[in-house]
Amino acid sequence: MNKDYEVVIGLETHAELSTESKIFCDCKNAFGLEVNSQVCPICMGMPGTLPTLNEKVVDYAIMMGHALNCSINRVCKQDRKNYFYPDLPKAYQISQDETPLCQNGYVDIMVNGEEKRIGITRIHIEEDAGKLLHSDKFEGCSLVDLNRCGVPLIEIVSEPDMRSSEEAKAYLETLKSILQYLDICDCKMQEGSIRCDVNVSVHKKGEPFGTRTEMKNVNSFSAAVRGIDFEVKRQIEVLENGGTITQETRRWDDAKGESVSMRSKEDAHDYRYFPEPDLKTIVVEQERIDNLKSLIPELPNKKIVKYVKEYGLSQKDATFIAENIEIAKLFDGCMTKNLYSAKSYTTWILGDLVAYLNETGKTLSQTNINAENLTALVEKIEKKVISNANGKKIFAIIVNEDKDIDNLIDEMGLTQVSDTSALEAIADEVLANNEKSVTDYKNGKTNALGFLVGQCMKASKGKANPGMMKEIILKKIDS
Amino acid sequence: MELFNKTAVELSSMLKNKEISSVDLTNSVFDRIEKVEGKVDAYVTLNKENALLKAQEIDAKIANGEELHPLAGIPIGIKDNISTKGLRTTCSSKMLENYVPPFNATVMDKIDNAGMVVTGKLNMDEFAMGSSTENSYFKKTKNPFDETRIPGGSSGGSAAAVAASEAIVTLGSDTGGSIRQPASYCGVVGLKPTYGTVSRFGLVAFASSLDQIGPIGKCVEDVAMLQSLICGYDKMDATSAYREYPDFKANLSSDVKGLKIGLPKEYFGDGIDEYVKVSVMNAVKELEKNGAEIREISLPSTDYALSSYYIISSAEASSNLARYDGVKYGFRAENYDNLIDMYEKTRSEGFGDEVKRRIMLGTFVLSSGFYDAYYKKAKLLQRRISAEFSESFKDIDVIATPTVPSTAFKIGENIGDPLKMYATDVCTVTINIAGLPAMSIPCGYDNAGLPIGLQLIGDKFSEQKLLNTAYAYEKLFGGFKLPTL
Repeated sequence: MNKDYEVVIGLETHAELSTESKIFCDCKNAFGLEVNSQVCPICMGMPGTLPTLNEKVVDYAIMMGHALNCSINRVCKQDRKNYFYPDLPKAYQISQDETPLCQNGYVDIMVNGEEKRIGITRIHIEEDAGKLLHSDKFEGCSLVDLNRCGVPLIEIVSEPDMRSSEEAKAYLETLKSILQYLDICDCKMQEGSIRCDVNVSVHKKGEPFGTRTEMKNVNSFSAAVRGIDFEVKRQIEVLENGGTITQETRRWDDAKGESVSMRSKEDAHDYRYFPEPDLKTIVVEQERIDNLKSLIPELPNKKIVKYVKEYGLSQKDATFIAENIEIAKLFDGCMTKNLYSAKSYTTWILGDLVAYLNETGKTLSQTNINAENLTALVEKIEKKVISNANGKKIFAIIVNEDKDIDNLIDEMGLTQVSDTSALEAIADEVLANNEKSVTDYKNGKTNALGFLVGQCMKASKGKANPGMMKEIILKKIDS
Repeated sequence: MELFNKTAVELSSMLKNKEISSVDLTNSVFDRIEKVEGKVDAYVTLNKENALLKAQEIDAKIANGEELHPLAGIPIGIKDNISTKGLRTTCSSKMLENYVPPFNATVMDKIDNAGMVVTGKLNMDEFAMGSSTENSYFKKTKNPFDETRIPGGSSGGSAAAVAASEAIVTLGSDTGGSIRQPASYCGVVGLKPTYGTVSRFGLVAFASSLDQIGPIGKCVEDVAMLQSLICGYDKMDATSAYREYPDFKANLSSDVKGLKIGLPKEYFGDGIDEYVKVSVMNAVKELEKNGAEIREISLPSTDYALSSYYIISSAEASSNLARYDGVKYGFRAENYDNLIDMYEKTRSEGFGDEVKRRIMLGTFVLSSGFYDAYYKKAKLLQRRISAEFSESFKDIDVIATPTVPSTAFKIGENIGDPLKMYATDVCTVTINIAGLPAMSIPCGYDNAGLPIGLQLIGDKFSEQKLLNTAYAYEKLFGGFKLPTL
């Protein structure tokens, strides 16, 4: 990228809320069912039907508002956004225009180990539209599937605070993990549960912001990155060639890797917003707002900062753990006991545990690992009751079975031998049988020591305390 | 007297006492329809077969001694913008010529559960936009008192059917006077209830914040009885009021002693025909003689009501009617090149002139750059008008005005002049703007024998007071008189 330019990015993110029923009727809010099977006269917009608001949608949106540090508007209304399209059966979308449910917030994201604050302009509630189906089989027609009509959405509008596609990606990933933490969105990208429109402009450093373009049809976070990078390059090229950027809406074609102009500012829709007369003003009691606030857990973006800054984890490890709610909970559970270093736990979590989960396709809750047995296991190793190698054997059992670690150590005879006389007996035998290695060591081949310790461990069936074993061997060779 | 000429109250007791059967009554009404419908043209769709089945069912229940709703077995006609499951609901538009709703309006569930017999669907101005029922795609309904004249609108079919005894009672809808104005022109009793009293679920929307379903009958008791049946909170309508309602008919009282009646001078100005003023003033004086107190009041924002009404109602209509796009149901143009072309041709061919006029007007006033000057200002005026009424009702019980400035005009007389047509709503629109209840009852006849209506306006949820005042006056005046057909 041309280093003379600065990039300005703002995102409008739509997240489908995972309520049981749709926003304005009793139809099931579900994905992937037979076309036009989850519909009723209300969500199909038949004459004479009226919407009634699903209050769960308000709750979920307020929760997101709290999570993004917004102020919640106790009194707000819903508005009609009017436009014609076959997937919009009423020919208007019930949304919020003037007063959104939540506004003036922020979210802290982490990019390259540094925290950055992104402003949140507003969060409002609205209904999703249906889907058009195109196929050669339809003989020149397009068909409409209205199952998605009335699926509740929140639209999260950011301030133009991002300066690179990397920041945009981190922002989107942070939003996604927060939605997952709040358990208000499925976050299945392939099902379109999160979609975004991207606003991009460029300007020379020190100059005012440039004209922005809006890009639609961005269906994944990686597509957002590709779309932004393409658009930045395009805009800079236009400017470098003496051209000007026109305010327009562009459509991202991820397959072709390019955006194409959809409509210019002059052709922009006039949505003729006006207050939805079929719905009452939304009035939320302060008590309800407070109750919802109490449901907000420690959020993943806060966890990442804590893991990096307090526990010394890398951003990659911190992010991996924080963005998986179950694993974060396990890690936090281990850390509350504050006995050993974070690394003593992350070695297990990111090593054996993740390997097991990947191998079996299970989630953490489908295993038997919890903060109690994992800290107990780490404690046995740290206190040198068992060796690390035998710890792995124990782990392989307790990951599946609810067994007491102390009993397992006894049953399997894994207690580490730290009795000097017993260790000396083993050392004597091994040294006697490996005179060549002893000579090698004395002649300066230091790695012969490792071989000798290994032989002792083998002879002890892994129970020997390896540190003590090493000291005894050294003492005996040197004497 | 023929059964079809009787009131619901009379017929209800005859049914209960087994003097008549519902089948006899239903047949009587359909005989009447057969005889006069050619002159009146009140119906868009008749429902004879199902009506007789329902009547038989009710007769069987009566024979079994079952306890039934007082309106069970009584034939009722329904305005064609109220959704009736399985019975086509056209809104008198080409757009919905073949549209059969898969669900019932909440009021239709109530009507069906009470055992009322639905005679059919009544003609109206297309999508309830109009004041003469001339804007129907299907037919022009005639005033039973003079077949060369309009019955009023938009519930022209509903008012004419009652006056011509083609139904015992009917349901209409009122967005700016659409129940009261035709009731006045046809000499019958019509009530526009307080906004939020009757569920709008299933009423095909014209202007959502103003629309209200209401009853039309030959007498105040019939209207009171039907209003009690259709009102009530409905969780399917978010604008429905959460409250209990009295049994309006059981609580009727003709005692007007001490009743304070306000006469707003703005409703008796230049635009009102002299004989209408005299007739309304005479009615008020009759009430005064019986103990009511008369007070002159002022509602200074009345002048702005008509413009506010046409801005707000057209704005909402432009959005409400956008769904008729040819994609899902209803009319679709035959030849089109692409999606936009299909929209344009479907809507150009499917809607009539008046509907298109309002859609264009509404689209304009909501457009960016014009929203503040029109829609926002109209909403501010709406608040002012409401406040003036609220202030008035601190001192008075009921406001009396003419329902319409004149009696029924000739078919075709105003059709070429929309502004003149709109002006016939000048006395009624304010009430919808303020969300108040109001009714029209007959209070006299002009030289040509055409009915004149007295409009009574009450504070929110004061239907009982309105009905009582109307009931008292009806006793003094003598009530509805049958036209000669």
